[in-house]
Amino acid sequence: MDIREIIIEAIQTLTVNKLRTSLAVLGIVIGIGSVIALISLGQSSQLAVQNQIQSLGSNLLTVIPGAQTTGGVRGAQGGGTSLTLEDALAIGTSDQITTVSAVSPEYSARAQVTAGGNNTNTQITGVYPAYQTIRKIALSQGSFISAQDVASLGRVAVIGPQAAVNLFGEGIDPIGQIVRINGQTLRIIGVTVSKGGTGFSSPDDALYVPLTTAQKVLFGASHVSTIAVEAKSQEVMVQAQNEIGFLLLSRHQLSDPAEADFTIFSQNDILNTASQITSTFTTLLGGIAAISLLVGGIGIMNIMLVTVTERTREIGLRKALGAKGNLIITQFLVEATMLTAIGGIVGMILGVAISFVLSKLMSLPFAISPSAIFLAIGVSGVVGIVFGWYPARKASKLQPIEALRYE
Amino acid sequence: MEALVELVRQPLFEPIDNRMIHASHLSKVYKTGVLETVALSDVSFDIKKGEFVAIMGPSGSGKSTLMHILGALDRPTSGTYILDGKNVGDLSDDALADIRNQKIGFIFQAFNLLPRTSALRNVSLPLAYAGMPKIEREERARKYLELVGLKDRMHHTSAQLSGGQQQRVAIARGLAMNPAILLADEPTGNIASSQSAEIMAIFQKLNNEGHTIVMITHEPDIAEHAKRIIFVRDGALRGDEVVKKRRIAK
Repeated sequence: MDIREIIIEAIQTLTVNKLRTSLAVLGIVIGIGSVIALISLGQSSQLAVQNQIQSLGSNLLTVIPGAQTTGGVRGAQGGGTSLTLEDALAIGTSDQITTVSAVSPEYSARAQVTAGGNNTNTQITGVYPAYQTIRKIALSQGSFISAQDVASLGRVAVIGPQAAVNLFGEGIDPIGQIVRINGQTLRIIGVTVSKGGTGFSSPDDALYVPLTTAQKVLFGASHVSTIAVEAKSQEVMVQAQNEIGFLLLSRHQLSDPAEADFTIFSQNDILNTASQITSTFTTLLGGIAAISLLVGGIGIMNIMLVTVTERTREIGLRKALGAKGNLIITQFLVEATMLTAIGGIVGMILGVAISFVLSKLMSLPFAISPSAIFLAIGVSGVVGIVFGWYPARKASKLQPIEALRYE
Repeated sequence: MEALVELVRQPLFEPIDNRMIHASHLSKVYKTGVLETVALSDVSFDIKKGEFVAIMGPSGSGKSTLMHILGALDRPTSGTYILDGKNVGDLSDDALADIRNQKIGFIFQAFNLLPRTSALRNVSLPLAYAGMPKIEREERARKYLELVGLKDRMHHTSAQLSGGQQQRVAIARGLAMNPAILLADEPTGNIASSQSAEIMAIFQKLNNEGHTIVMITHEPDIAEHAKRIIFVRDGALRGDEVVKKRRIAK
């Protein structure tokens, strides 16, 4: 019998015993499918966590007024008036700065806001258009503060969804509504998307106005309370921090960095947390992959051991009719390879489909890793073929009568 | 002088080519742990070409063990077994597989057909192992299925055949390679007695055509279809006689 005939014989054997074949294929499908689905779901969750951290702005540097330390006494952060709009503009335009992609000067204060009969105490932030990209503000309606609004001291405001509900009530379209702050009237031109988060400085309970309007019209201030700077990448964060530090020191005519009247802090804390979470996830994923491979592999091992051991009598009969040991081993090897190939393809499709459906149901980003597929199919394939081959080899070594008597 | 000795000696031995089976001092001992069970002890006999021999004995007498050794399905613990001029004891597993394929047609009590497989494929199986091309193989299988009267049932699977019909498929399979000897282990043990006569008729027809047949049975009625009966008890030969009033199956 040549290999072509052995393959035809194997196909006939597999199609003749439909129940046995489908059970073995099912075992392999579940083994491979569950591994792919589990690993993919793990990766989807990892991606989701990374995206959430990204949305906080991981390339962000924040410059706030106030000394780092003054004679051993740490000054209150954000309390000073040493930063100006010109400082912010210089960071954006200076030749010394090479690693910054965007600058957002901000002035924040809390104030009483009224609209019709309602009023609320909320955070008013004077912003440049860059604020939207740096702080990753998304709008559900209308538009954000424009450069034109900043230049013309526009009496416009963008409102957070919580503040909108507080002022106008549920179900009222805030666009075009008028609010009053410190005796000035402002028209609502946009509503932000809810970012979640609660508490004293929730981004949902806030009002954004042009920086110039906040400084000159509403609060009569000449300084800025924060300069948010976006570095070009995570790798140049330290360099960006140094460049901004030197620029501001020279602008403030300070020679000793210890006397600095501002503080720059990066999102290092967040980055550290992020990398910790990511590495925890990587470990978790490795564990899940290992366990599911083990479980899937044992499942495949069992089904192959059972289906082949059950055929010991058949092997005895084939030997009695003159089949040589090698022919029997080859035949079972071909059958096991076919079973694992069919099971592998179906399992792969099923695994990808399951992870797609689940990631949609849990509103996670859909991620599929080719390495997970290769790993699952590789390990399961090897296990399936080895445990299809091993009992067949064992049975083919028996005297035919021992195999025929096997119970 | 030496030539003379040869001349004198020669007639003392039976011509080697007339012996299909030469068994001398065959023993089989099964070991399970410390316990040794002697299934066969020091059994010797010859079977000539064209004989139809029944081996009789009660269950546990060792007749099945003897049959498995004669069928090269098992190896004796000691002793010599020469089949059609070939010493089976020296052969490797693969060479034994060739012996089983080419020299022996084995018919089992439980038929041992491949389940869910057509009669035609079952009969073709030993031919496939012999490396015969598919077309030739099926032609040959058809011929032998016709011979055992199953012309209309070639594509039936075992589940669709009666016990007697299944045994006839097994006989066709045993004959397909045109073996030197046909060995049958209780061929009528699992089938209705009405169908036993059909099987015996086939055996007698084959024997008349020159096939050597060895058959195990514990039924005297069945044994009397053979020409010679060997009695086995407690693993040893207890008798060897020619059947005087032979039954002829119709």
